[in-house]
Amino acid sequence: MKRTLRYILFYSALIGVWALLAKLHVWPPYIFPTPWGVAETLWAGFADHSFWIAIGVSMKRMLIGYGISVVLGLILGLGVASNKFLEDTVGGLLVSLQSLPSICWLPIAVLWFGLTEKAILFVVIMGSLLSVTISMETGRKQLPKIYSMAGRNLGARGLRLFLHVTLPASLPYIVTGLKQGWAFAWRSLISGEMIFVSLGLGQLLMMGRDLNDMSQVVAVMILIIALGYLVDGLIFKTIESRLQQRWGLATA
Amino acid sequence: MTYPLRKPGQATLSDHRAAHRPFASHKVDFAAAAVLERSPGIPKLSVRDVSLSYATNSGPRLTALKNINLQVQPGEFLCVVGPSGCGKSTLLHLIAGLHQQTSGEVLVDNAPVQGPGTDRILIFQELGLFPWLTVAQNVEFGMRMKGVSKSDRQARVRDYLRLVHLQQFSDSYTHQLSGGMRQRVALARALATEPDVLLMDEPFAALDAQTRDMLHDELERIWAETGRTIIFVTHNVREAVRLGDRIVLLTFRPGQVKREYEVDLQRPRHLEDVRVAGKAREILDDLREEINKSLEEEYGLEANA
Ligand SMILES: Nc1ncnc2c1ncn2[C@@H]1O[C@H](COP(=O)(O)OP(=O)(O)OP(=O)(O)O)[C@@H](O)[C@H]1O
Ligand SMILES: [Mg+2]
Repeated sequence: MKRTLRYILFYSALIGVWALLAKLHVWPPYIFPTPWGVAETLWAGFADHSFWIAIGVSMKRMLIGYGISVVLGLILGLGVASNKFLEDTVGGLLVSLQSLPSICWLPIAVLWFGLTEKAILFVVIMGSLLSVTISMETGRKQLPKIYSMAGRNLGARGLRLFLHVTLPASLPYIVTGLKQGWAFAWRSLISGEMIFVSLGLGQLLMMGRDLNDMSQVVAVMILIIALGYLVDGLIFKTIESRLQQRWGLATA
Repeated sequence: MTYPLRKPGQATLSDHRAAHRPFASHKVDFAAAAVLERSPGIPKLSVRDVSLSYATNSGPRLTALKNINLQVQPGEFLCVVGPSGCGKSTLLHLIAGLHQQTSGEVLVDNAPVQGPGTDRILIFQELGLFPWLTVAQNVEFGMRMKGVSKSDRQARVRDYLRLVHLQQFSDSYTHQLSGGMRQRVALARALATEPDVLLMDEPFAALDAQTRDMLHDELERIWAETGRTIIFVTHNVREAVRLGDRIVLLTFRPGQVKREYEVDLQRPRHLEDVRVAGKAREILDDLREEINKSLEEEYGLEANA
């Protein structure tokens, strides 16, 4: 309760200062938007469905791109973790590739796929695949050996060992990886969408710039933050903390 | 009530009657049990000239076990003692089929061990309970893998949790339990799987004296009733004398069999019994020699008697 109150106070103060500065006309509104202007834009955007459509388009890309990279990442990560040769070769390559900002894949994507949906998906996949793979791999490697030994000792082997022991034992690590992958995918998507016309939130953001509409720029930014927070902060964090509590990893 | 005499290989884990009555309050006929353990036949387990070395980061391989020879009769209660780091856990892992020896062979029922099997269940020194499962699900795990029917599993989970006095914790997760309680969960999990050979790696180290005494009694009773073969590793020589038919003392690295001791004191024995203490003192003198060696090597201390 106290925490909620603190949140409310903080954000009211923030918006209050913002409103005050806007009211004082220190800067013109096309440089410094007003809170009510942004609120109006948000309202209008949802009312004429343009925001809903953009959110829908972006989310669809996220689900497809992220979904693909999760499946690929899990397979790759497990493969790399369970084979010394793959670990030395592919593993090293993955780590070095991770220093590449995901938007750097866009030129390749455009050359291969043109200005299409596929190009955007490619950027999203490349943005999150690496982090999913790497956290799968480290999760698998951090997994204490005792669990699989205990499982084998009690008669589990093969697929059953994987399903009943290896997988549940590494679930907390996997979820952390999935969460990180989601954040990376989200960033890659928005940057991708900003660079070429393609509907979606990123494009809406760039449209605000083209129209010199500061209110729209800020409104879309708020949307991007809110959506990212919703998925990351609420969905993933909840799953993560539940798992960690149940697995006894968190000091609950 | 006397228990039907066991012949080697007869009343083992398939003897459900006995297994399903872990709390029967009848007197166990230890004399009959003792006679039968001595009956020679095919050993349940033989370790023949087994050596095992580990690869180390610092170069030369570390010889953990060297030319170990052991024979364990069906239904025998063998205790293994030795200084820390002498390879006791390694030996149990080997018998459990979780490690591969560098040379020599391990035979169970005259057949070479090829990987783990539910006929040999190990209680790990570090327990290896599954944190994502409840206490009851942990105890159930081995039975599930063995394909025991659900109703049987539930009955056995209840019995064995009652045995270790944890029935009211069956829905807790293991990290919500104390160290001693976790040891008891691991014990229940191993017993519930009902193996021929029970390998126990310092299973009672974290228990208070009273709980340990209680579990000594229960373990001895289950052993006498079901005819299981038990290999029990401990630091506590008196505990070894309390429980074992025979005690094997391992030397400090590389682990070799230094000496074997027969314990022919009448059962049930008590930890505080003078005869138990006397036998323990004899073994302790030999053990102390090995411990001093280990201290010298690991800490560079002077041996002190
Ligand atoms: N996986 C491993 N890799 C390398 N060396 C190992 C490994 N496991 C054990 N060792 C070494 O083998 C020796 C025997 O270890 P082991 O765990 O069997 O000893 P122990 O007798 O059970 O000791 P304790 O009484 O302390 O449990 C030790 O010196 C240890 O350093
Ligand atoms: Mg040990």
